Amino acid sequence: MHRIGVFVCHCGTNIAATVDVKAVAEEMGRQPNVVFAADYPYMCSEAGQNLVQDTIREQRLTGVVVCSCSPRMHEATFRKAAAKAGLNPYMVEIANIREQCSWIHKDKVSGTEKAMILARAAVAKVQLNAPLTPGTSPVTKRALVIGGGIAGIQTALDIADAGFDVDIVEKQPTIGGKMTQIDKTFPTLDCASCILTPKMVDCAQNEKIHIYAFSEVESVSGFVGNFSVKIRKKARFVDASKCTGCGECVEKCPMKKVPNEFNMGLDNRKAIYIPFAQAVPKVATIDPNYCLMLKNGKCGMCSKVCGANAIDYKQQDEIIEEKYGAIVAATGYNPINIDKFDEFAYHQSPDVITSLELERLMNAAGPSNGTLVRPSYLNKQDDHNAHPKKIVFVQCVGSRSTCSEKGAKEYCSKICCMYTAKHAMLIRDKYPDTEVYVFYIDVRTPGKLFDEFYRRAVEQYGVHYIKGMVGKVAPKADGTLDVQASDLISNEQLHINADLVVLATSIEPDKTARSLATMLTASMDTNDFFTEAHPKLRPVESPTAGVFLSGVCQGPKDIPETVTQAGAAAAKVIGLLAKDKLVGNPCIAHSDELMCNGCSSCEKVCPYGAISYEDKEFRQPDRTVAIRRVASVNPAVCQGCGACTVACPSGAMDLYGFSNNQIMAEVDAICR
Amino acid sequence: MQVNDTQFKPLIVAFCCNWCSYAGADLAGTNRLNYPADVKIIRVPCSCRVNPMFILRAFQRGADGVILCGCHPGDCHYTSGNYFTRRRMTLLFSMLDFMGIEKERTRVEWVSAAEGAKFAKTMNEFVEAVTKLGENKRLEDLRCKK
Amino acid sequence: MDKREEVLLISGVDVLKCMRCGKCSATCPSYDEMEYHPHQFVYMVETGNIEPLLSSESLYKCLSCFACVERCPRGVEPAKVVEAVRLSAIRQKGANHLKAENVPELIDDDTPQQLLMSAFRKYSK
Repeated sequence: MHRIGVFVCHCGTNIAATVDVKAVAEEMGRQPNVVFAADYPYMCSEAGQNLVQDTIREQRLTGVVVCSCSPRMHEATFRKAAAKAGLNPYMVEIANIREQCSWIHKDKVSGTEKAMILARAAVAKVQLNAPLTPGTSPVTKRALVIGGGIAGIQTALDIADAGFDVDIVEKQPTIGGKMTQIDKTFPTLDCASCILTPKMVDCAQNEKIHIYAFSEVESVSGFVGNFSVKIRKKARFVDASKCTGCGECVEKCPMKKVPNEFNMGLDNRKAIYIPFAQAVPKVATIDPNYCLMLKNGKCGMCSKVCGANAIDYKQQDEIIEEKYGAIVAATGYNPINIDKFDEFAYHQSPDVITSLELERLMNAAGPSNGTLVRPSYLNKQDDHNAHPKKIVFVQCVGSRSTCSEKGAKEYCSKICCMYTAKHAMLIRDKYPDTEVYVFYIDVRTPGKLFDEFYRRAVEQYGVHYIKGMVGKVAPKADGTLDVQASDLISNEQLHINADLVVLATSIEPDKTARSLATMLTASMDTNDFFTEAHPKLRPVESPTAGVFLSGVCQGPKDIPETVTQAGAAAAKVIGLLAKDKLVGNPCIAHSDELMCNGCSSCEKVCPYGAISYEDKEFRQPDRTVAIRRVASVNPAVCQGCGACTVACPSGAMDLYGFSNNQIMAEVDAICR
Repeated sequence: MQVNDTQFKPLIVAFCCNWCSYAGADLAGTNRLNYPADVKIIRVPCSCRVNPMFILRAFQRGADGVILCGCHPGDCHYTSGNYFTRRRMTLLFSMLDFMGIEKERTRVEWVSAAEGAKFAKTMNEFVEAVTKLGENKRLEDLRCKK
Repeated sequence: MDKREEVLLISGVDVLKCMRCGKCSATCPSYDEMEYHPHQFVYMVETGNIEPLLSSESLYKCLSCFACVERCPRGVEPAKVVEAVRLSAIRQKGANHLKAENVPELIDDDTPQQLLMSAFRKYSK
């Protein structure tokens, strides 16, 4: 038998002015199971709370209804008060008679009547409340960072700094990501590898950080605090523990004709390779698509020259299983494929290149050792035509375009305006005899010292910025390129005889991000960028608890922003890992196993992947045992939305705190 | 104004999701925006928590209109809950229409936590529409009337 | 109906999608022949400044090659705007750009019949 206490608040005159609080209290006193009803000027005051607590003790109340302001305001207050008096905090219900009654109704009669009905609904509901205890789950004090670019590196370093173990999974043979390929960074023009490689070395030397290079995430299960991840260590055919990175094998490898992806295919590498001199880990990798030994069984040169005896042609992929408390996605980006933008003649002329290819062409460790040459003259750099005299930069190639059938993206890629200004400036600085044209739609340079940087390119370095677009690039017989473009300010169509055309291609999330999002049950937008839990207030968390976002996988960013976000993601991870256990919200779904028929309807609607199925033994009436498939809700993952309760055809699924019976009782109490 | 006493007062049940619409209703109160006292709000965690059964029960018990409020599509606190609501209610409301509960008696509205004015306006319009239709007789279960 | 609405109706183009990049004019092969260029057609229709277009020779210099439609990054379809302005012009009484009596001096033995047909369809009411 319930013993309910009803407390009606005046809220000064806020409620009392339009609601006859005394009448409400009296009426509630007449409700079944209500043993106590009183009104008080300020229920939330200390004296008011004491009244509630004393009454709970004296009247041995089993349920409390407070008729006051919105539960969003003081539900927590009264729950705490009840807990102090020894009543389960979830046995408290609030009837909102201020925001949703007294403040909107002027007429005291109808206001009082409505307040009574709302109070009655709360009384009806509280009788069906069950005492709830929030569940707790332990936290594995180890984090996983997926992606080893600057975002992943910074996140890992920051987490390790706080004293937690962290693993980096990188699919390439080395960490470092796109930033290793970049020559200089805007707006300060410092060399990218000079600032990145020390961080890579820090990662390798930090005993809290473990790097799984040349590895990919195979599967993810579990939930916040308790993820279990399978990592596939792809076969390098080199024993990483033995390899010293001396490079002798690379030197002797006879297979020289492998397009070098690190230099964007502008030159070749060997079949066994170390991507670049500062690679971390500095371990050789055999490319099985080109290695003569692995393809034909003939050669074995690297094995013969390796002093450390590290070559292992029989190496297999290895699966490692590890437990983590938090996962950070830092999967980064790639330039889009521009095959379908045939107006730019990218495939017809080697002298039409993307900006990332230009980075390699200008880098001292690149295919031309830092001398800017036309790619068609890469093998004859001494030719007097090798150096480009006129360079045209085209902005927004594939960005801000609705032509999705060409692979274009509707968003602004954000970084292109700045890196194009950087390229133009560096070229004019190093080769003042070169004419540089930039065709733009808008120059977008918000950011600290960014617009100043762009203006410097124009005013100090004399880069020609032309408002307009390039319509066509046509290779000519003499090896130059005819660039047909519009100049919207002077209302002219221009033809520029260029030696080099540089396309500022749009960037897109890495292709692996979507499959990863599926594994993590993290949501993505239509462009395959990870969605944040809240676009303003929770920008580094995924809606899936325990999954965090770092870098471009969440949206286009430059390096400073990426590092900022990486640090923010690390702070969130540290906040999670610092907890010994996670306290959940007890208002979650639960399934009645006797009613569940295992139909999977609930599993399909759950946005969090909180529902799984298990085979359970049930005793039948005839004393035999039957095995049935029934749903079970993971309390650490469920957020309590209740989508499953409605999807359940048998009515087995219900929600604590908002059960079918409770809401039905409220409906009944209101419609009486 | 003696008609006021005899004027039909509809009984409206409003289901509001905790994160957007309930907060929007609170905001309407904070801004002292009037809407009729006929609207009684039931708080649910998400609009997708509203079982069609609750709506049928309300009509059976004599409610004259039922309105569901949730976060705007794309803004659901639980990412996708309001999409379920949208689909489920489309089906339910067309079935109710077939059973004689006019479409004007049922409604789904997206109200964000910042849209107190929209909440009040929606409720005013809805109450007006239901008042015009008069009492719900079709689904009312007379056994429920004591 | 005012001219702007008429052109928008005939063309079915949403000129507000234009982000003023100028790629249509950059790609246009008869750019130098035209007084008003594809991007200007779109902009002038957007602002309702259609009279100068109606009386401009540019209407008949457009080759309808649709290069601008193909290249436009926002899917604006400038050629359809030009076409619509042209239709709007020749629908006005007596505004035929091609008159039957002028044809003989334009043709020679190599002119295909089909060209005359399509020219009439395009340039006269």
